[in-house]
Amino acid sequence: MIELRGITKAWPGGAGVQALDLSVPEGECCALIGPSGCGKTTTLRLVNRLVEPDAGSIRITGQDALAQDPVQLRRGIGYVIQEGGLFPHRRVGANVAVVPALLGWDAARTRARVEEVLALVGLDPAQYRDRWPHQLSGGERQRVGVARALAADPPVLLLDEPFGAVDPLRRAQLQQEVLALLKRLRKTVLLVTHDVQEAVLLGDSLALMRAGRLVQHAAPAEMLARPADGFVADFLGADRALTRLGLFRISDVPREAASVPGEALPEATTLRDALSAMLERGVTALPVAEGGSLTLEAVLASR
Amino acid sequence: MRWTWRNLDSIGAALGEHVLLVGAALLLAAAVALPLGVLAARRPVLRAAAMGGSAVLYSVPTLALFALLVPLLGLGFRAALLALASYAMPVLLRAVVTGLEGVAPAVRDAADGMGLTPRQKLWQVELPLALPSMLAGLRVAVATLVSAATVAAYIGGGGLGVLILTGLDQGHTEKILVGATLVCALALAADTALRRMQRA
Ligand SMILES: Nc1ncnc2c1ncn2[C@@H]1O[C@H](COP(=O)(O)OP(=O)(O)O)[C@@H](O)[C@H]1O
Ligand SMILES: [Mg+2]
Repeated sequence: MIELRGITKAWPGGAGVQALDLSVPEGECCALIGPSGCGKTTTLRLVNRLVEPDAGSIRITGQDALAQDPVQLRRGIGYVIQEGGLFPHRRVGANVAVVPALLGWDAARTRARVEEVLALVGLDPAQYRDRWPHQLSGGERQRVGVARALAADPPVLLLDEPFGAVDPLRRAQLQQEVLALLKRLRKTVLLVTHDVQEAVLLGDSLALMRAGRLVQHAAPAEMLARPADGFVADFLGADRALTRLGLFRISDVPREAASVPGEALPEATTLRDALSAMLERGVTALPVAEGGSLTLEAVLASR
Repeated sequence: MRWTWRNLDSIGAALGEHVLLVGAALLLAAAVALPLGVLAARRPVLRAAAMGGSAVLYSVPTLALFALLVPLLGLGFRAALLALASYAMPVLLRAVVTGLEGVAPAVRDAADGMGLTPRQKLWQVELPLALPSMLAGLRVAVATLVSAATVAAYIGGGGLGVLILTGLDQGHTEKILVGATLVCALALAADTALRRMQRA
């Protein structure tokens, strides 16, 4: 659980963060979105106190973060940044072992844990442990960054545009894998991104900021269906209704019993892809592999 | 070569003095440059002063610097040592500052974010990453000092410069050649050793 109350930070230059209230329930991922410079990174860095607030309170898993020693606090919070920030003079294994080493784990425990988290993020330990960061691709570096953040098994993770430097082709797969991993481990996550699609995919809730203020905080489907104002609507994009359909699957809506001709779609297909298939085939009903059919009316009713 | 064979001990002693002078001056310079460089890399005002000051100091010709320091420090080994140290210090300072500044901001941020203390960050991350720049600076400083230490003979600092200086005075070509050859050999040997370290 991350709980920010009345958090304020003014930068000399101007906008920082203004009286921000935000809470992320345990095991959930909150995606912090908004235009560049609106204070997303500042908010994230306030949580692990890389930025000290002027006012307000921060509670992490029930503890007052502002009363703790910041260095100790940070050792208990996973932190992943865009460029990865891997130590170029240390091998992958040593990079992952940074926090365990700070916490004084013995060599055997650290070694076992390094192998465990490398495997978790989809990197074969035998193959990757002794590589140097410069020998990795952008995607592999981010995987190592995530492994490093998970090494000491912190309950809370802060991710600042973690997929920003990964090439678009690999990004989608990495997003899916990290999503599944964080859900499985039940981490409480604050994720900064400027990519609406990524936020919708990864976030249990979306928190949209503008000029240092929180404009709307809601579940993705809710925010996409009912943006609080024109700014939110614009930021989510003209295709927000389509984005929202991507959140639902055929299995989420009522189906007609009768089948229709054509190639059947599995019921795990998103409504967005189903609608696209209807447009492509020029039909208003699609057969579903598991039985029955999906109609355009059912898709429209999901609004 | 007769003179050389008869004076091997005093030649050896001059070489030893030369090495001692260079080594001690380097240590002294590093002892100032390292902490000052670490501080300067963090404070923009101090950085500007340190980099500006060291550029001026380094641009003063060796002999002029020695001459300027004589009224303050007098003559002898100590004076030569201080003059050489103040000659090498700016080179090392620059190398420390540029090395530290070359550390990627994302790497510093990650170090802070994972809970390294400022001291741990300095020793475990920043200084190791600044090492290549510091070694390059050390190479320049050593090359500079080995030749600058020859001039130390003028203010009674000893070393191989004494052979060259007295050789010139006495018109003793062999003495001059021995002194000059040894200075060159020393510079080459030190540079080769440091280049190996850089590659390792
Ligand atoms: N350390 C800092 N000192 C001064 N201003 C800063 C600092 N960090 C961020 N800012 C300013 O605060 C604003 C918000 O920055 P940031 O939180 O990084 O935005 P975002 O991550 O949403 O793009 C920007 O205008 C930026 O210039
Ligand atoms: Mg940012």
